[in-house]
Amino acid sequence: MTINPDLQGRSYPAAEVYDVGREKIREFARAVKATHAAHFDVEAAKALGHRDLVAPPTFAIIIAQRADAQLIEDPEAGIDFSRVVHADQRFIHHRAIVAGDRLVAELHVDGVRAMGGGAMITTRSEIFALGHDDSREHVTTTNSSILVRGEGQ
Amino acid sequence: MSFSIHELSPGQDIGSRTIEVTRTDLVKYAGASGDFNPIHWNEAFATGVELPGVIAHGMFTMGSAVQLVTDWAGDPAAVVDFQTRFTKPVLVTDTTGTPEPGATIEVSGIIGKLDAEANTARIDLTVIAAGQKVLMKAQALVKLA
Repeated sequence: MTINPDLQGRSYPAAEVYDVGREKIREFARAVKATHAAHFDVEAAKALGHRDLVAPPTFAIIIAQRADAQLIEDPEAGIDFSRVVHADQRFIHHRAIVAGDRLVAELHVDGVRAMGGGAMITTRSEIFALGHDDSREHVTTTNSSILVRGEGQ
Repeated sequence: MSFSIHELSPGQDIGSRTIEVTRTDLVKYAGASGDFNPIHWNEAFATGVELPGVIAHGMFTMGSAVQLVTDWAGDPAAVVDFQTRFTKPVLVTDTTGTPEPGATIEVSGIIGKLDAEANTARIDLTVIAAGQKVLMKAQALVKLA
């Protein structure tokens, strides 16, 4: 298995829209054992000045990993998903994600580096909320590195 | 709770939290996040790809660790930046049918740095499972009141 070095610099444009629902925020919050009322109770979120339920700080991983899937499933990339290990992750929130947001993600492959028999791949998702008039508001930037383990790694 | 920067100082303790993890929790996280990699729920598959056993999603560990910061900040939206490196896997043993957790994650946090100009506090988290640091450089930036 070899990772295609030409992946570096590649971009995948925004594909499907992700509709952020209240129940999904609640489900994700429960799954990470988060208990803050702003994830569950609309009135509590509004009392803090938010339009609706606030997503947990790592919720954007759902959208980022959907974007990453375009790369991982790209036959040209040569990535064996079963050998993928998450190496690092960052979320930069330009504003919080709230229920009702309609999000799209642009994926950028920022780095591909051979490591032993495997490779370290660094990606960035730029996540935007769609407005009523086709406007886009920059919501979150995620940076992620995955290690694709070679044989014996 | 929300703090003014003048009430805070670097090194200050923000508290700690213990998170018990079971295989069921990993299945729930897989469903909620959409990450169905079988290394997080299938023992034979995990050992077949040279892992010691089923391991937690790194994003489960990262996502559950930040609750300490969210509670301290008083508003999840105050966490404007959150990053980590995943250094060691969290091995989750199969305790299905018993009240025992399959792993225990200990999270504690201190104020690493204050930035008066940006009005932010950097919280440095220490995240330990089975006696080892599983996250490194786990840092959350909190916008202050």
